Amino acid sequence: MQPDNPANMPNPVANPQPAPPLAASIKFKVLTGLAGLGLWFALYWQLQSLAGYLAFSLLGLTPGSRLGEAMLFFFYDTPKVLMLLTLIVYGVGVLRSFFTPERTRKILAGKRESVGNVLAALLGIVTPFCSCSAVPLFIGFVTAGVPLGVTFSFLISAPMVNEVALVLLYGLLGWKVAALYLGTGLVIAILAGWTIGRLGMEEHIEDWVREMHINASDIPDQRLTWAERFDHGKTAVRDIVGKVWIYVVLGIAVGAGIHGYVPEGIMASIMGKQWWAVPAAVLVGIPMYSNAAGIVPVVQALLGKGAALGTVLAFMMAVIALSLPETIILRKVLKPRLIAVFLGVVGVGIMLVGYLFNIII
Amino acid sequence: MEIKVLGPGCAKCGEAEKIMRAAVEEAGVVATIEKVSDFQQIAKFGVFSTPAVVIDGQIKCVGKVPGKSEALAWLGR
Repeated sequence: MQPDNPANMPNPVANPQPAPPLAASIKFKVLTGLAGLGLWFALYWQLQSLAGYLAFSLLGLTPGSRLGEAMLFFFYDTPKVLMLLTLIVYGVGVLRSFFTPERTRKILAGKRESVGNVLAALLGIVTPFCSCSAVPLFIGFVTAGVPLGVTFSFLISAPMVNEVALVLLYGLLGWKVAALYLGTGLVIAILAGWTIGRLGMEEHIEDWVREMHINASDIPDQRLTWAERFDHGKTAVRDIVGKVWIYVVLGIAVGAGIHGYVPEGIMASIMGKQWWAVPAAVLVGIPMYSNAAGIVPVVQALLGKGAALGTVLAFMMAVIALSLPETIILRKVLKPRLIAVFLGVVGVGIMLVGYLFNIII
Repeated sequence: MEIKVLGPGCAKCGEAEKIMRAAVEEAGVVATIEKVSDFQQIAKFGVFSTPAVVIDGQIKCVGKVPGKSEALAWLGR
C-alpha cells in the first residue's frame, strides 16, 4: 500500500472554527423548517391553477385539446409529485435516523419465526438500507442468529415497500392504490419469508457464510441529537430526490404522452385480465431494472388505457422487488437452489396479488 | 495510520473513500487508505451495513458516508 500523502505535508488547519452553540442552531432549524412547511402547503394548494395558467394562458393551448391536456397533466403532476416526494423523503429520513441495521438486527435475533417475519417486514420499511448492502446485511443477520426466513422477509420488504413508491402511487393513483400496495407488499414479504423458513434451506447458504463467526459488539451505537436527525432528513432529500427527480420528470412526460395520444382501451388486450397477463407481466418485470419513480407514472397512464389494476400492480412489484442485479449479487452468499426458491416464492406471491385484484376489482 | 473503507463498490462507498482521502490530505497525516470490497473481508470486521470506515482496526462509522468534519476528527484534527 502506498501512502497517499507525503509525510512532510504542512498542516494549515491549526485553529479550527468553534462550533456554533447547539441550542441556537436547533431553534433556527425548527423555525426555518416551519416556515418551509407553510410555504410548501401554500404552493401545493395553488398547483392546479398554476398548471392551468402555464398550459392555457402562457402557452396558449386550447383546453380539451390533446396537446393542451397532455401539457396540463405534465405541469400539474410533475411539481405535485416532486413536492410530495421532498416532504415525505425528508420526514422518512428523520424517522430512519431512529433505526439502524444494527438495532434492527438486535430486535430480530432470536425472534420466533412468525412474529419475526412480521417484525422484519415492518422494519424493512424504516431501516435505512442501500440495495448494495444486501449481501453484507444478509451475512450480518444470518450469523447473528436471525432465522433465514425472517432475514428474507426483511430483504423482500426493504426494497419493495419504500417511500418513493408509496408517494408516487399516492400522488398519481390516490391513497387507495397506495394502501393496497403497502398492504400486499407487506403480506408478500411476510409470507414469502415464512415459506422460505419452512422449507429449511439453511444448507443452501454458501458454506463460508455459515462457517463465519463474527463478534459485532464493537460497533459504536451512535446517539444522535435532533439537529443531526434533521440533517439526516436533509441528506435523504439530497440523495433520493436528487437522484430520482429525473425519472419522475421523464416518467410523467412519457405518461403525459400516453395520456394524450394513445387510444383508449388499447392496453386491455395485453395488460388486461387474461389469465396469462399476470405471469407475463411478472416475467417481463424481473429483468427490467427501474426504480418506482420511473415506473409509476407510466403505470398510471397504462391504467387509463384499459390495463387491469392487478396486472399492473404485479408488473410494478416485479420491477421493483425482483431485480436482476440484486439477484446476481445475492448469488455470492446463496447457492443456486436458494436463489431459485427466492425468485419462485416471491414471484408466485406477486402473481397471487395480481390475480386477486383482477378478480375483485 | 491505516484507514480502510469497506463497501462493495456502489456510489456511496466511492464517496466515502473520496471523503477520507480529502480528509487525510487536509489533515496532513500519514495514512494508507485501502478500499475493501470483498464481502468476506467486510463481514470479518463485523460490519454489515456499508459504507463503513475502519481506522487502525477500530470501526468509526457504519452505514453512511461520513462528513468531512467527522472524518477530520477521527484523524485527530
